[in-house]
Parts: sequence; structure tokens; C-alpha cells
Amino acid sequence: MNAFFKRLLGKNTKPLTKVDASTVPLSGEQFKLASTLAPRIEPQQFIIGCGQSIGKQRDHNEDCLFTFSVTMGGESPSSPLGLFIIADGMGGHQYGEVASSTAIRTMANYLLKRFHAYLINPAEGMDEPLQDMMRAAIDEAQKAVSKAAPGSGTTLTAAIVLGQQMTIGHVGDSRACAIHKDGRVDILTRDHSLVKRLEELGQISSEEAAAHPQRNVLYRALGQGDVLEPDIFTTPFPQLGTLLLCSDGLWSVLPDDHLYDIVKDAPNLHVACQSLIAAANDAGGPDNISAILVQLIG
Amino acid sequence: MLVGRYVIQDVIGVGGMGSVYRARDLHFPSVVKLVAVKEMINRAADPLVKKTIVKNFEREANILATLNHPSIPRIYDYFTEDNRSYLVLEFIHGKDMEAMINETAGFLTEERVLAWAIELCDVLSYLHTHKPDPIIFRDMKPSNVMVNSTDHIVLVDFGIAKPFQVGQKGTMIGTEGYSPPEQYRGEAGLHADIYALGATIHHALSRRDPRLEPPFSFAERPLRKINPAVSLELETVINTALQYNPDDRFHDAESMKQALIAAGRKTGILSRVSAGTASTQTSGGIKPLWFFQCEDEIRGAPLYYDGSIYIGSYDHNLYSLNPADGKLKWKYATDGGVVTRPAAFEGDIFIGSEDQRLHVVNARTGKVNWTYYTEGRVHSSPRIAEGHVFIGSDDQYLHAVNLSSGRAAWRFETAAPVHSTPFVANDNVFAGCENGDFYCVDFRGELKWHYKAKMAVTSSPYILDGVVYFGSLDNSLFALDTRAGWVIWRFRMGKGSVSSPYVSDGIAYIGSADGNIYAVNTRTAKEVWRFKTEHQVSSSPVVYKDAIYCGSADGNLYCIEAHSGRLRWKFTTKGPITGSPLVYDDIVYIGSTDHFLYTFLA
Repeated sequence: MNAFFKRLLGKNTKPLTKVDASTVPLSGEQFKLASTLAPRIEPQQFIIGCGQSIGKQRDHNEDCLFTFSVTMGGESPSSPLGLFIIADGMGGHQYGEVASSTAIRTMANYLLKRFHAYLINPAEGMDEPLQDMMRAAIDEAQKAVSKAAPGSGTTLTAAIVLGQQMTIGHVGDSRACAIHKDGRVDILTRDHSLVKRLEELGQISSEEAAAHPQRNVLYRALGQGDVLEPDIFTTPFPQLGTLLLCSDGLWSVLPDDHLYDIVKDAPNLHVACQSLIAAANDAGGPDNISAILVQLIG
Repeated sequence: MLVGRYVIQDVIGVGGMGSVYRARDLHFPSVVKLVAVKEMINRAADPLVKKTIVKNFEREANILATLNHPSIPRIYDYFTEDNRSYLVLEFIHGKDMEAMINETAGFLTEERVLAWAIELCDVLSYLHTHKPDPIIFRDMKPSNVMVNSTDHIVLVDFGIAKPFQVGQKGTMIGTEGYSPPEQYRGEAGLHADIYALGATIHHALSRRDPRLEPPFSFAERPLRKINPAVSLELETVINTALQYNPDDRFHDAESMKQALIAAGRKTGILSRVSAGTASTQTSGGIKPLWFFQCEDEIRGAPLYYDGSIYIGSYDHNLYSLNPADGKLKWKYATDGGVVTRPAAFEGDIFIGSEDQRLHVVNARTGKVNWTYYTEGRVHSSPRIAEGHVFIGSDDQYLHAVNLSSGRAAWRFETAAPVHSTPFVANDNVFAGCENGDFYCVDFRGELKWHYKAKMAVTSSPYILDGVVYFGSLDNSLFALDTRAGWVIWRFRMGKGSVSSPYVSDGIAYIGSADGNIYAVNTRTAKEVWRFKTEHQVSSSPVVYKDAIYCGSADGNLYCIEAHSGRLRWKFTTKGPITGSPLVYDDIVYIGSTDHFLYTFLA
């Protein structure tokens, strides 16, 4: 029998030499290579990290954050839907946190109700434009904050991510940033702060702005004034990059290249968020810190 | 009832520190004497702070009592009850200027606003020269200016104790809009009132509320761009008042008043009863480089390909012309009107015709290579991609025709005729339909998603960065996510649109049956400008360098500055223009229903 096989298989009768191999983790280079060769991921899906810290100099937390995502895979995958919100309350006494949490609860409640029909039956689609929904949600939040915590205010930066696009609603000086794979960090939102305005007008430099005594003065905030004109816009989700939403407790102490390095070096977005917050605290932690990181794969 | 004398009748305003009421003064029982009662609620917990607030209140009431000017309400009384202090003031019959701005359809007239502005300068001048100390009003804005029943102004709300709200964290919030930069530094001199007056007049004439704009951004909203009826003279005065640097503004309210009067004299507004609104649009001496006459109307758009201009006409022909002089190279006759734009690929010209066919003609010779039959008239222009030509037809199909075989690769059934020209992006074909459906179909002819507009989508889609833009007869310009078909935004126009959008530099341009050409910011869906023509705009705008080219049913081809919406030139043809222009190599080509194809230097 053995001879039969030997004859059949020809000359190659030597037993295979045992190779001295063991499994080792891929090196960074190999990992990069492997990830570029990775199969196309279907359906599209989110990876989300978030984190928060009271900071080192405040005695309570007036920031609030919210993340929500839904992915429906299967035979006819629908586009994943994500809703991400950050709010930084202000306005004295204990009302700051009431303002930020009221804003977020109201908005999330309003938008999730609107999404409900789509989630149950994606084929129905949505008739109401996303920007209109965002505007109506911010109006609701504005009313709710004025009622729940009169005299207080809050920043609000919200992103609805659907398909390749994200629709951002923004008031105040929290930020949405696109951290690109090549190291570019685009600040997508415009701070509604007095010093930013002075900086835009070329009246002060960015260094002066960073140290300006009135750098916390906002000219637009949720819950303030009778008329509120939020910035609402739609822009492509950063392909292969990361969306960052954060309060000024993070961005005011961490330069952009730092943000990029931390996100790039972290093994996953949860760790990245914790590292961002640790870095902000190491830099003094002058304010509450909140961060949401989102990637869209597939 | 307050202090047994004032019967509160109504709330006429709510402010940060309390409300303002309309009340009847019972000391005049036989007549109805109305007064305004302004309430300030003292919420301070600390007794010392509380006392200081009351003291300030009384000091300011005393100042008001010394003032005597027709534009300042008289003060009758003040008193404090518990935590509330009250001022009793002259009741002004009228409306505040903010309400006037909001309730006026269109713009307030320059003569009216000018008269108010002169009176405001007068009262500011009175306050600023007050002895012993000048009084800075600090809170000039339309809602603090009452316009009484005889159209004279009265300043209200003398800003008694109106600090910024200071948050515990040191975060201050102030929504001002009318205040100058130095006021944010706590330096509010008389020049601050001049700036705020400039801002108030700007708001009154532009209808743009500065509280909705970034601070100090008036220079970015030139008044005459928003309201062209305003005279250059008045705009200049307002601009001086709004200078960023206090020293660059008027030195005092009196000199601003004199400048306003001078501006009014120069424009003649102060010497005549009504201001005329003369249209000063230039028609310019634009002459065509050459023109070419067809035998019937041109309703489609030209194509440049490999040294020739191609244009179809309702006379059934496709023409090939020399771009240098407009000389005919050849013409090819179909059996129906041609109302579409040709396409070109590898030496062939593709054109749809009302004879139900797609014709494929040799670009050099004008000889037909093959034709493809649909079962309806073709009003959609061919789109070539990935070895196929995609075209819609009145037969209610979207056709994908294989370029090498000339046979249908697939047909996608639609609910109504397809006049829209397909757009191909990311392996998908996008097109609108006459019942309002908008389809995204993959390369196998399978429906990926569809959206239903309320009326026909004749407009051809334009895709950029994962967003598809198209117009509809339901008065909307839509922006949809190409992947999921979700509506990102909807921009409303005065009437429907069959015009196809063109997107460039973050702005979508589209014509509408309401006669306007709109420029819309693609991120925010906000109108950047609109340009009014005299008739429907069915033509689709084209962007070339820094200008928009677009025809109108009023017979004109317009060249408009892309960023400002200002007319650069126009050319009047003898018939409505429903076709769209082509701009190639600094030359604009446009066909008109007067049978001519015209060319101009861009």
C-alpha cells in the first residue's frame, strides 16, 4: 500500500521537515499590510468610543454626551445610522448640568422618534430633510432648556451620520473635527465665541486667543436669547478617518497634532478616548472633558 | 394694582430683570391716562448687593427725570415695593422698530429710515452732551426704538441694570449683535452708541438681524448688495458708523446727523416726497462672435467634441459646426425634433430625437453608424459610461445600451416618462421621472433606492461628493445622499424647476419658473444670492471661471458673477431661451427659440 503511494506520488517521499514556527503578533507594518488587504466589510458599520472626565479644577460635571447607532445587516443591508451629541452646560449655580442634559435628552428623544419609522422599515425612506430635522430638534432643545433652567445655557454639537454624509447641528464652542488618516485635522464647526470671532477678523492671533481672558465668552448658546440661529450643515464623513466631537475642556488644552497622534497610536477608539482625556488632565484639566470618536468602516 | 394708583392692563414686554406693563393711572379718573410701568425684580440674595441695585435704580430714575427731549419718554414716578422696583413712564402709542421691520413685506423705504436715523442721532447727541455727565445709551437696537403714531421715534429702555449674565464658571454669555467690539472689552463710550445706531439702521434697511450673524460682520454683508434700492450715499454713512475702530467712526452723533442730512440732500430724498426706484441694469454692448441659423427652434444644448460644435434643433437636424466661424461642416437629419444635448465617445456623436431613437453618428462624416429604438419620444440626453450609453425615454424606461453591440443591456421600468438626463456615479445610474420619482439603479438595472418628490423631476441630477442634487416641479431643489437616498436638505423656490443644477465651489446654481436663478450653499442649504430674470428659467446654469451663464424665457442670456450674483452682461435674443449654454475655451455657445445658435466671449 505504502509502495503504491510512493509510486503514485513520485520522488517526493521524504517526510516534511518540521519548520520551527510559532504564532507571533503581526508587526505594525504587517498589520497595516493586512488591513489594506482586508476584505470589503458589508454592511457599513460604526466603531464608537466615548469618554468623560470632570477635569482637575471643577467640582462637578456640566458636560453631557450621547451616542447611538444602529446597523441592520443581512440580505439587503441598510445604511447604518448614528446620532452623536455633546453639550457643555454653563450659567452658574447648579443649572449648567440641567441645561446640557435637558438639551441632549430633548434632542435625542425628538430625533429617535423621527428615525423610528425608518428603522422599522428602511424601504420607506424618510421624507423630512435631515437638516430640517436637526433644526427642529435644536428648536425643541432650546425651548426645553429655557424652561428647565432659565438663565442657563449650553453648547450643543450634534451629528447625524447616515450613508457617507453627516449632518451637523452646532451652537457654542464644542467642536466636531475630522481627523484624517494623513494627519490632517479639520475643525468642522465654527466656535461661537468672541475670541474666535476676533481671531477670524485678524484682530488677535491664535496664541492671543488661547490666552485671552474672555475666551469663554460665547455669542451664541442654547437657552440664551429669544432667537437662536444654529449652524446646520452637511459634509462627507471623513473616509478612513475619525470623527471627533469634544467639549472645550479637550480642545483648549490639546493641539491638533496631539489629537491625531493619540488617536493613531491607540489600539482602539475606547482607549483613544481615555488617552485623550488623560492627556487633557495632564495638561491641567481646567474644565470638564468630553470626547466621542467615531469611525465608519465598510 | 400698584400703590393704589396704577391698574395693570397688559404685559407689553418681558425682559431679563422683569416685565413692562401697560397701566391706567387712576389719579386721572375722568380720562383714560395710560402709562408704561417697568418692573425690576431684585433677586440678589446678599443684602448689600440688594441695596446697591436699588440705589443704582434710583440714581438712573433720577437721571431720566432730568431729561427733556421729544424722543425720550417722560418719567412720572418711581417706587420700590418688596423686591420689586417700578418706573412709571410715558406710554408710547406705536410699535417698536423691530416689529416694523418684521411686519413690513419687503424693505422699509430709505426716506423713512433716514428720517428715523436723523432723529436718533439727535437724541443721542442730546444724551451725549448731557451735563454734568454724558449719558451713554449702551443698548441701541430696533426693539428699543419705538415708532409712534406720527412716525417719530422714541427711545425706550434706558438699560437700567442690564449686565452680561455671568456664569459661575466664568463663562459669560452675551448675545448682542448691535454692540461694537470695544463694548465687549467693557469700554462703552459714545462711539459705541454710534456703532449700534449704524447697526440698527443696517438691520432696518437690510432686514438682516445682526443677532443671527457673527459679531462685527457687517462688512461681509454690504447693504446695497442685500437691498439695491439703498443709495450709495446712505450706505457710506452707515459704513462709517460701523467702523471696527472707534476712531474711524463719526466723532459724535451730531456729525453723523449732518452726514445723514447731506446724504439725503444729495440723493434728493430730503427734498422730494417719494423715492423713485430706477432700474440701472446695463444691457452692455455685447455682440456675438458669430451665429448660426437652424430651420426651427433650438431647445437643447451644444456639445464641443474634437474640434467641432454639435447642436440639435427642433428642425430634426443635428448640426456639426466649425467653432472658429460657425461654418456648417455637416448636418444629419433624424425623423423628429431634437431637444437634447449630444454626447460623444470614441469618434461617435450620440443624440436622442423625438423620432423615438438614439442616433449614433460618425463625428467626422455625419454618417449614421447605428440607431437604437425606444418606444417613446426621447427628451432625455444620452450619458456615456462604462461601455454603455444611458438614456431615458417617454416609453417609461431608462435604457442601458451596450456601446459595442448597440443592443439594450437592460431596461429599467419607470412610473412615467423620463425627461431627466441620467447621471452615472459609483456604479449607479441616477435619473428623475415625470411623476416625481427619482431613481438610483445599479449597473445591473436593479433599483437601489428611490425617492418620491411631490411633482415631476424633469431636472437632470448632478452628483458631487456623495450627494445628488436635482430640482422638481414641486418648487424644490433637493440634496440626497447617493448611498441611502435620504434627503439631506430641501431648498424651496417660488415655483417649480425643470432646470438642472450645477454645483461648483460649494454652491449649487439652479433656475426656476419663478424667474430666478438661485445660488444655494450646498453645506447649509442657505440662499447665497438670487438673480431675477423677467420670465421662467428652464435653462440650466453653467459655471465657467468666476461666472454663471444661463438663459431665460425672457430671451436673454445672462452672465452673472458667481459669488455675488451681480449681472456682468446680458444678451437679448429674439425668442425665449429654454436650452442651456456650453462654455468651452473661453467661448459661450447658446441656442435660442429664435432658431439661432450664438457665440460670445466668456
